[in-house]
Amino acid sequence: MSEGTLYDKVWERHKVADLPNGQDQLFIGLHLVHEVTSPQAFGMLRERDMAVAFPDRTVATTDHIVPTTREGRERPLADERAEEMLSHLEHNTEEAGIRFFGLDDDRQGIAHVVGPELGFVQPGMTVVCGDSHTSTHGAFGAIGMGIGTSQIRDVFATGSISADKKAVRRVEVTGELGDGVGAKDVILHVIRELGVDGGVGHVYEYGGEAIRSLDMEGRLAVCNMSIEGGARAGYINPDETTYEYLKGREFAPEGEAFEERKEYWESIRSDEDAQYDDWVEVDADDLAPQVSWGTNPEQVVGVDEPVPEPSETRDPDAAESAQAHTEVRPGETMEGHEVDVAFLGTCTNGRVADFREAARVLEGREVADDVRALAVPGSGTVKRTLEAEGIDQVFKDAGFQWREAGCSMCLAMNDDALEGDEVCASSSNRNYVGRQGSTEGRTHLMSPAMVAAAAVEGAVTDVRAFDTADEAGESVADAEVDG
Amino acid sequence: MSGNGDAPGSAGDDAPETDEAAVPAIRRVAGTGVPLRGDDIDTDQILPARFLKAVTFDDMGEYAFYDQRRDEAGELNDHPFNEFQGANVLAVNDNFGCGSSREHAPQGLMRWGVEAIVGESFAEIFQDNCKSLGIATLAVDHEDAVDLQDFIEANPDAGIEVDVRAETVRYDGTAVEGEVPDAMREALLEGIWDTTAVMRTNLDRATEVNDSLPYTDD
Repeated sequence: MSEGTLYDKVWERHKVADLPNGQDQLFIGLHLVHEVTSPQAFGMLRERDMAVAFPDRTVATTDHIVPTTREGRERPLADERAEEMLSHLEHNTEEAGIRFFGLDDDRQGIAHVVGPELGFVQPGMTVVCGDSHTSTHGAFGAIGMGIGTSQIRDVFATGSISADKKAVRRVEVTGELGDGVGAKDVILHVIRELGVDGGVGHVYEYGGEAIRSLDMEGRLAVCNMSIEGGARAGYINPDETTYEYLKGREFAPEGEAFEERKEYWESIRSDEDAQYDDWVEVDADDLAPQVSWGTNPEQVVGVDEPVPEPSETRDPDAAESAQAHTEVRPGETMEGHEVDVAFLGTCTNGRVADFREAARVLEGREVADDVRALAVPGSGTVKRTLEAEGIDQVFKDAGFQWREAGCSMCLAMNDDALEGDEVCASSSNRNYVGRQGSTEGRTHLMSPAMVAAAAVEGAVTDVRAFDTADEAGESVADAEVDG
Repeated sequence: MSGNGDAPGSAGDDAPETDEAAVPAIRRVAGTGVPLRGDDIDTDQILPARFLKAVTFDDMGEYAFYDQRRDEAGELNDHPFNEFQGANVLAVNDNFGCGSSREHAPQGLMRWGVEAIVGESFAEIFQDNCKSLGIATLAVDHEDAVDLQDFIEANPDAGIEVDVRAETVRYDGTAVEGEVPDAMREALLEGIWDTTAVMRTNLDRATEVNDSLPYTDD
């Protein structure tokens, strides 16, 4: 078993008791709540005549079902079932005394964007949410885990979950990332290398040069997709990048309290001589921008690399049916693969830095005529920050629709959905069949910069060519694709 | 649930069905099988997101594999969940239930009729959700999973039995060994797969942990 890792230290600090089923009762320091997976849990609580035990450790927002157009957000919502879910959350949080960022609060947004940016999430915490992408919060050196609704009931009633301690695998990402290559490319590459189920039974501790160099937004994107690699949690040891990010956040400690808290944050870092259950090295030196070609997040390739023959993949049957679905041919590169929709946002890539990155590509360019392009900030805070910087104008001038915050077309629980067999360049995290709202729809996962480039060209494009074009003052990329 | 703390082993096979507080022990699941082939079947396939828009799980049984059970015209096709109605032992392959944490997925399977799942491996959150609901999962080798699927297809009415205590699946006169996670096995056998009441008895200790943490005074 691992020893001296952040995971071990934070777990021990939060352990409440040994349970009769052999698992540990683990105290939860932050419970994030949204409208889709919580109403049933509140219902179960009521049936048992129990109250929420630690409302102060609980924060709620609405994200999955909310419309992302301003007019669509007027109450009651046009979709009666969405309105019912939102009303339930309003009522439930008010009754329990839980802080709630609703549609009338300009800080509303995706739980995994709101929690970090407001300073709720801090190193050394245990964080859960009824959403698999709770792994996001490991970016701070917290243990973040997605849970189901019965476990949400457990957390409401007891402030705890019943859980097994997992094995800790160090994922050492070596090398230096080139221009136009970032966190999203790193995590897609890691999942490609380790598989969609490679992390089952494990928690990933990401480290190494390529990880240390990432800003917090990048680290959040990496940890976010841990679950796509089968690891329920993934984390990065906190450092000065983490502490600088937290300074001045609305719900983070200030002044002397901040310095005191920092002692705890430093104390839970993995020891130099920590023992891991497993250690793998992934080389990210000279990594190309990564694009998914199939229907799960390990079916990924460098943009300039040929799509593999099914027989060359871990699961040939799955690869064959994936390629039939996406109409991607083995031997060809993803570059030039036409797209109908460009979608920028989500808990993976819906943060300020992600939109800045995309805006650098879009500046002075326009979305291709037949491409539908959506920019959906991850939160109201993200949206206002970008608007203050004038970045919204870059998106609008380029022809992107500039939307309100929500999960949107990641899983299409609102009106934002693929239609028919549309092909989408997406900054989201899942390319499963039907994920974006149409069973025939096709999703290609990529970085925000790559989504912007695909929007402009109407096809998957190597964003590194755009960077060159910028420097040369001419549009080399246009010439390449048209030719 | 009264919250008075069900002691381990206090509920047995004969726990009264009428009492909602009863937490029945689940030692074996016997019935017929439904084979579902393929690795990495995600929870978006099991229960598409558009059906999550409900404040209860009541209707989820109708939505299990909703899209895959229908052809382009919306008519029911030959998907196993159409062909093997009435079965209660689901036979799957590798990494079943990956993706979203939605408990709607195992709720949908359970309400369709699934009481136990035999497969090569299961995604963690999905497996935890199964434990919460009292659905047994048994992990077996690849060949054993495929053999079971082949057998069920050839013999749709044959009896299949998952024995939680012995960690085996029995059919066609043979017993195939597998693995039920320790916590799930203990929980099912002792009838403590519902953890709320048990953890509620430690509420004072949870409060102590809360008070001892350096970050809880914000």
